[in-house]
Amino acid sequence: MNGMISAERRLRTVVSGLSCDAHLWNLVCLRLLLEDRGHQVTNLGNTTPDAEILGACCTELPDLLVISTVNGHGRLDGLRLIRALRAVPALSGLPVVIGGKLGIEGGNGRDGRDHTELAAQLTAAGYDAVFDDAAEGGPEAGLARFDAFLSSLVPRQATFAGGRSRARAAAGPGAAA
Amino acid sequence: MDDTDRFTAFVRRAADAGHLVVQHRMGFGELHRMRAGLRAVRDADATTVGTVTLDSYTRCHDDGAALRALRERPADLNGFPLLAHGVPAVRTLLQEVASADFPVQIRHGTPLPLRLLRAMAEAGADATEGGPVSYCLPYGRVPLARAVAEWSAGCELLAARPVPPHMETFGGCMLGQLCPPSLLVALSVLEAMFFREHGLRGVSLSYAQQVHGGQDLEALAALRRLAGERLSGSAHHIVLYTFMGVFPRTGHGSRRLLADSACLAVAGGAERLVVKTPAEAHRIPTVEENVAALAYAASVAEAEAEAETTTNAGAVHGAARVIAHPPTPPAQRPDPTAYGIYEEARTLLDATLETGDTVGACLVRAFARGILDVPYCLHPDNANRARATIDARGALRWSRTGAMPVTPASTTAAAPVTAGQLTELLTFNRRRFDLREPGRLYGSAS
Repeated sequence: MNGMISAERRLRTVVSGLSCDAHLWNLVCLRLLLEDRGHQVTNLGNTTPDAEILGACCTELPDLLVISTVNGHGRLDGLRLIRALRAVPALSGLPVVIGGKLGIEGGNGRDGRDHTELAAQLTAAGYDAVFDDAAEGGPEAGLARFDAFLSSLVPRQATFAGGRSRARAAAGPGAAA
Repeated sequence: MDDTDRFTAFVRRAADAGHLVVQHRMGFGELHRMRAGLRAVRDADATTVGTVTLDSYTRCHDDGAALRALRERPADLNGFPLLAHGVPAVRTLLQEVASADFPVQIRHGTPLPLRLLRAMAEAGADATEGGPVSYCLPYGRVPLARAVAEWSAGCELLAARPVPPHMETFGGCMLGQLCPPSLLVALSVLEAMFFREHGLRGVSLSYAQQVHGGQDLEALAALRRLAGERLSGSAHHIVLYTFMGVFPRTGHGSRRLLADSACLAVAGGAERLVVKTPAEAHRIPTVEENVAALAYAASVAEAEAEAETTTNAGAVHGAARVIAHPPTPPAQRPDPTAYGIYEEARTLLDATLETGDTVGACLVRAFARGILDVPYCLHPDNANRARATIDARGALRWSRTGAMPVTPASTTAAAPVTAGQLTELLTFNRRRFDLREPGRLYGSAS
């Protein structure tokens, strides 16, 4: 479903690449996709230093941070970012997801174990969901899971005003990726 | 002995002998894998040059991360960590594999290249590539003026070497796709002029295959002509890139796209082709996949060249071309379009060069004023008002031109695109090549 969502379900999102990933089209497309769904987007662009991502999240307190990376360093850089982010008390409950081409082996690489293990590692470190292009069903399936994840999120204003409650996904459909 | 670098000289010798030079992209974390990969490419059944692609930590000057990755998980690196290995080790590697018959280019993607260019020169690299615009705007947030300043210093450092390495523009490949050909041509020539201005003599000008064979032929002719006019007296050649955008997923689709680019390189008079492999849509290719792609592209190019010779030596102008033993089913060869790419590129070039005294200063001003404007590029110094689309003939056109001195095609819609429409534009080649029947490569496209 890509119909517009109602105003009270509109999410304030931050989209970003990782510090050493220069890929751009993934971020351009993600932004349009989120806007098409009716969500508000701040796009931090590519090669964004961790500190800048953390700073933007502290300032904007978004409902969701979406990290997209396709250069194959998602494991290395994605882990570093989420550890730093979860160490900031104000961001400990922020919903954060990561997706794209996360490792350099790709989907039909040596075995299917790699990406399952990678997703588990990333979620254990603090991501709420992982959308790995190399996972079962490829990028399309990942995008469908991302859409389902978006629908399950409730903006923080909608929970209770002024509360520090995080926008919360129920047992995220994308969680296991 | 003159001061012509080995890369420039090798490509010239190959062109004189009627061979298209084919090149891959490849970078491994470990020295032994890099060495083995280069040797496999050297021994491929094709006229090849070598490539060392640097990893993204090294590109971003995150030396600590590169060193850590090299120590702990070298197989996870997406390229070769030049600085982490250090100049002496890389010099030894290049001495072992590179030669006058197999020069090696180091590829990076760095807006601030000074320390990398210095290390490459000290390690004895034959060539590198990039440019102050093409390695700045698409690659992040470094201000354009800062990139221009570092690229100026970097080029001058290389030019001061006894034999300055070859330098290739990346300006003809901006964002990989959806940048109309006139802007690609203008940027490629401007970056080559910039290299010349800073003392480099062996240069090549890039252009990336887009979505329409006839339009790409027109673009290559425009690039050759403008380069001839603006770079007179220098050794330069044209390098074509196999399509760099969203790649076909099927083996037959990606092979046909690769074959198409090899034919385009020959028909368009490019001296060198940088290939992609069928793994492109999925992951970084293996050495074997790279070697196979190089051999395949070379065989298609040889067949195309042979067909051209036959036609030219043969008879009447416009007669159907015959290919002897084509590796792919004979495709309908496109005729160059007449969109006025040369005129448009020259207009962009001249409008840019009117803004200042040096090419570098002109580039900064032209982007600040929107005279140059790369569609969809998010960099703060890019106006990002221009937009491109694919027209009914399947060619890449301007739908909005912002403040650039060119006019959008009257037939193209100027409305903002949705995610779905942008995806359609980005996947145009994937859908075209994955689905199309063999032999209808160009189809409706003119």
